[in-house]
Amino acid sequence: MVAAIRQLGSTTTRVIGDLGAMGLFLLEVARDAVTPPWRLRNVVDEVYKLGFLSLLIICISGLAVGMVLGLQGYNTLERFGATQSLGAVVGLSLVRELGPVLTALLVTGRAGSATAAEIGTMVATEQLDGLRMMSVDPVDYVVTPRAVGMMLVMPLLTALFIVCGIFGGWLVGVRLLGVDSGTYFTSLEASIDLRDDLGGSLLKAGVFGVLVGWIATYRGYTSAPTSAGVSAATTATVVVASVSVLIFDYLITALWGV
Amino acid sequence: MHPGARVELSQVSMAFGDRQVFSDLSCAFPAGAVSVVLGGSGCGKSTLLRLIAGLIRPQRGRVLVGAEDVTQLSERALFRVRRTLGMMFQGGALLDSMTVFENVAFPLREHTDLDERAIADEVHDRLEAVGLHDVDGLLPGELSGGMVKRVALARAIIRSPAVLLCDEPFSGLDPISVKRIEVLLGQINRARGITTLVVSHDIDSTMRMAEHVLLLLPGGCFQGAPNELRASADPRVRAFLSRDLDPSMALPEAS
Repeated sequence: MVAAIRQLGSTTTRVIGDLGAMGLFLLEVARDAVTPPWRLRNVVDEVYKLGFLSLLIICISGLAVGMVLGLQGYNTLERFGATQSLGAVVGLSLVRELGPVLTALLVTGRAGSATAAEIGTMVATEQLDGLRMMSVDPVDYVVTPRAVGMMLVMPLLTALFIVCGIFGGWLVGVRLLGVDSGTYFTSLEASIDLRDDLGGSLLKAGVFGVLVGWIATYRGYTSAPTSAGVSAATTATVVVASVSVLIFDYLITALWGV
Repeated sequence: MHPGARVELSQVSMAFGDRQVFSDLSCAFPAGAVSVVLGGSGCGKSTLLRLIAGLIRPQRGRVLVGAEDVTQLSERALFRVRRTLGMMFQGGALLDSMTVFENVAFPLREHTDLDERAIADEVHDRLEAVGLHDVDGLLPGELSGGMVKRVALARAIIRSPAVLLCDEPFSGLDPISVKRIEVLLGQINRARGITTLVVSHDIDSTMRMAEHVLLLLPGGCFQGAPNELRASADPRVRAFLSRDLDPSMALPEAS
């Protein structure tokens, strides 16, 4: 019993210490992001690596999810004779929930894990120490551009995912199942509020971008300098970031109704 | 701080978890000289260099580089001191996304206002000094082990440091590459008057080039000129330098 309590205390202390270290790390990244030297070239490189190279997976996934929503939505709405609302069902599902969450999960798997592995490998091969020896802060040079890049690309990829999803719903609903195209888009336009729905969606995406960027860079930066350490950092990034995205999705929805 | 800064450790204690690496270690490396740190695996040679570079901090003691005690400086203040240090890492630590030219030019681009032409001149001058030609556009992954070490050396000396730290510059190299690096380090030291600290397992090379030797052995450290150490009466020193197995470190015989 005493051993169990001791173990619980030890785990709690470690988790609190880890959260504190993560908080300080985030503050350091935020400070470096708003103070010179500006690493715009590095940020652009990261936007390309994290964003542009994720376009294909986002487009295909968005299209597939939209097509499934179109099919499922049509089958359900048909029972109530309300197939004219298909555009609203597809659009609202994508904009309010599926777009930001699925994009964040996909980006975590593709770009978040790659970011953690890349930084972890730099730790293991002493590249970060090499930067320190050249009087260059690795948080400023390596970490901050990646975290900022992730924060910038997440809303853009989310918007793309939603557009592809709406197109997928249109393909199935209109081209395959015979819903009128004008009705599809009219119902979509009427149901989505620009500020509350779309603004809220992009807000969620921005928060998820910060979360994934923060967790991926922190895990990579603090990984053990071994191949097992890099592997553990990559796995932890995917697990922790995915769970965090889902928890924060609930919190944002519950607190702000987005 | 001018080329040839003195480096001194005073009563340094360092442990990783339960493993004590140094206990009250005191030693000094003369300004402008080539000093060599010798010792068996795991005796703390690389740790010593990392302490001097401020990459790790001791539990106790002082580490002086010039007049600065690096153990008392914040990370920001350490960046100022490190501008006077050059470090050649064991694995090179070259930035693998950059070409050879970009790696060597990196410190100049970060810390000087030199234009690209002047930077190119400096980079080619240093690459020439380490015997490398026509490698500007190659990535670190496309280089041999010896070339990686020479590029790392070129990058370490690009800003004419006061102290050059070399971690195992001869490891994993063929005898010709070992000789080439040995000669290079000697030339750089003579030409620029840089205090040079070399950590190595290679007794022959290091004893040839050293003006000062620090020998780290279980149970104590010994320092002095190469001839002084060779003439040492201590059996541990004589055993190490003559590559005899110290009885205290011998493995038990298989039964």
